[in-house]
Amino acid sequence: MKQEITLKQESQKLNVMKPITEFFKLKFGKVNFLKGFKKTGITILSILLFLGFWHLGSKSLYNKEADYKIEKALTEQGQAAADAERACIASGESGCQPNTLPSPTQVWASLQSLIADHYIIKQKKDAFATKMEATNQKLIANGKDAIVYTGRASFIDTVLTSIKTVFAGFLLALLIAVPIGIIIGLSPTLRSAFNWFIQIFKPVSPVVWYLLVFMIVKTIYIGKSSDNAFVISFISVGLCAMWATLVNTAMGVASVDKDYINVAKVLKLGTFQKVFKVILPSSLPLIFTGLRITLSVAWMVLIAIELLAQSPGLGLFVWEEFQNGANDSNSKIIVAMFVIGIIGFLLDRLMLMVQQMVSFNKNEGI
Amino acid sequence: MAYLELKNVCKTYGTGKDSTEVLSNINLTIEEGEFVAIVGFTGSGKTTLVNLINGLIKPTSGEVLFKGEPVLGTSHERGVIFQNYSLLPWLTVGQNIAMAVKEAFPKESKSQVMERVKSFVEMVSLSHAINKRPKELSGGMRQRVAVARALAMKPEMIIMDEPLGALDALTRGNLQDEILNIWNQDKRTALLITNDVDEGIYMADRIIPLKPGPNATLGPEFKIDIERPRDKTALNDNENFMKTRNEIIAYLMTIGDERKSVSDIEYILPDLAPKSFVG
Repeated sequence: MKQEITLKQESQKLNVMKPITEFFKLKFGKVNFLKGFKKTGITILSILLFLGFWHLGSKSLYNKEADYKIEKALTEQGQAAADAERACIASGESGCQPNTLPSPTQVWASLQSLIADHYIIKQKKDAFATKMEATNQKLIANGKDAIVYTGRASFIDTVLTSIKTVFAGFLLALLIAVPIGIIIGLSPTLRSAFNWFIQIFKPVSPVVWYLLVFMIVKTIYIGKSSDNAFVISFISVGLCAMWATLVNTAMGVASVDKDYINVAKVLKLGTFQKVFKVILPSSLPLIFTGLRITLSVAWMVLIAIELLAQSPGLGLFVWEEFQNGANDSNSKIIVAMFVIGIIGFLLDRLMLMVQQMVSFNKNEGI
Repeated sequence: MAYLELKNVCKTYGTGKDSTEVLSNINLTIEEGEFVAIVGFTGSGKTTLVNLINGLIKPTSGEVLFKGEPVLGTSHERGVIFQNYSLLPWLTVGQNIAMAVKEAFPKESKSQVMERVKSFVEMVSLSHAINKRPKELSGGMRQRVAVARALAMKPEMIIMDEPLGALDALTRGNLQDEILNIWNQDKRTALLITNDVDEGIYMADRIIPLKPGPNATLGPEFKIDIERPRDKTALNDNENFMKTRNEIIAYLMTIGDERKSVSDIEYILPDLAPKSFVG
């Protein structure tokens, strides 16, 4: 028999796939068919409605800007220029397209082009690696750094960088917030000593955290050539997001049921045993609630921090596309928006699953 | 020398103006091997009394002596069965009991601990549920786990704080018998706190009523001279049982009435006379 907390064996089904699985269940029975159809149907309908409104909205914005362009050409350069502008817009030439909210089809096309772009960059990278293989081996043999590919990162690379950063930041938050939370939760004196600290630093904006971390890390890395953007961004993300876990852990530890404490006293558990066998397990549900909030906050502040830290993640991607102002930049930004949203949703589901595994009803023992 | 002795024990909660004396002048002696029941109304300070004896709280004044030594904290010698079971919900039945066994017998090897856990789980006939968590058990099963946990530490004295209060009548009867069986095996000293007079008479050698708090004190004791093992069905025809039962209930009724009539506030009734409409 294991003495540790054994997690529940039942696998928690991921809820993400629900509409899809329900759709496939349709063939089983009439009741299921109607029920499933209703639920899936409503989801699909709402998506279609959303796309429809989006399409109409972007079209009207497009027309507005196109009319303005033609009008401008007419007043400034006369009828001939206006006709030329109209023809140019109608022909779909990229040079004279209105730059506004992209339509769903444009966004879809951008997604495909981003994926295609990824494979092109990957090929370039592989080619570079094979070309430099011999040189790099020599360099390493001589004790020097190998030459790495420094070309543009593809969209998928930026997504991976962002996920890596958010997990590094989350891990940092966990390592800082959980132990401190436990310690201040156990001692009312320390809790009041730390309270001002938490209350003051909790509402500080991610941008300011970034600046603080930048000041410190910049000095630590002084004279070193290595890129510190990743370090700065994950530390900032961690510091920004750790507060929810800190507060929840302290609260969970401080509010352990008095019955459990009495049990610990009657069994005469030592301090170590009391903390690890009674207090921590009983506050695990609250700690995980805190961690779930931390992960979603981390993902949210990540975009702003990557932008500032010039870390090659989604945040920088969005900002560079905005600065770029190319024809498909706007639709790439919208693609990034959806990707950010979907990944954030998946991260939250992941944490929810873990949370459900460790949680128990407070009254179960009573 | 008495086994457990309470001398003029008082317990006050709060300080200054807000203080209330829950227990006052409690004097109690329990001899080794005795089964004593304390009967009282809800809210009369029974749990406070239990916590004083097991060492979870300290008396404001007076002394609690266990085998002649003052009680300064909890001890493995006094096993406690809590009113609300207090099982740890994240541990299985076996783990809950193993936790107690490991603390009480730190020198034993893992297999010895396991043996002990298994034998106690078997004793309360829960072998089939050893790997279940408290939420999967019924109230009666949970209480049996709590009983096994308390007894697995091999305490010299068992303190039971309304252990069967939350159970239905049938489960209650079964568990009473189980507890009596266990007590019978090695005649440990037992203290039972209950609000059920019949339960007290059925199980204990002596019954002591607790006058309702605040300022709760112990009333006169009632000896139960019924031979063991007692037969529940025959008990109703036992004259001795009927007599003791009536005495205790009569006593409790009087102190209950006293509590109701004691009030500092004097209500002045309006000076009214009914008007006569006749004539």
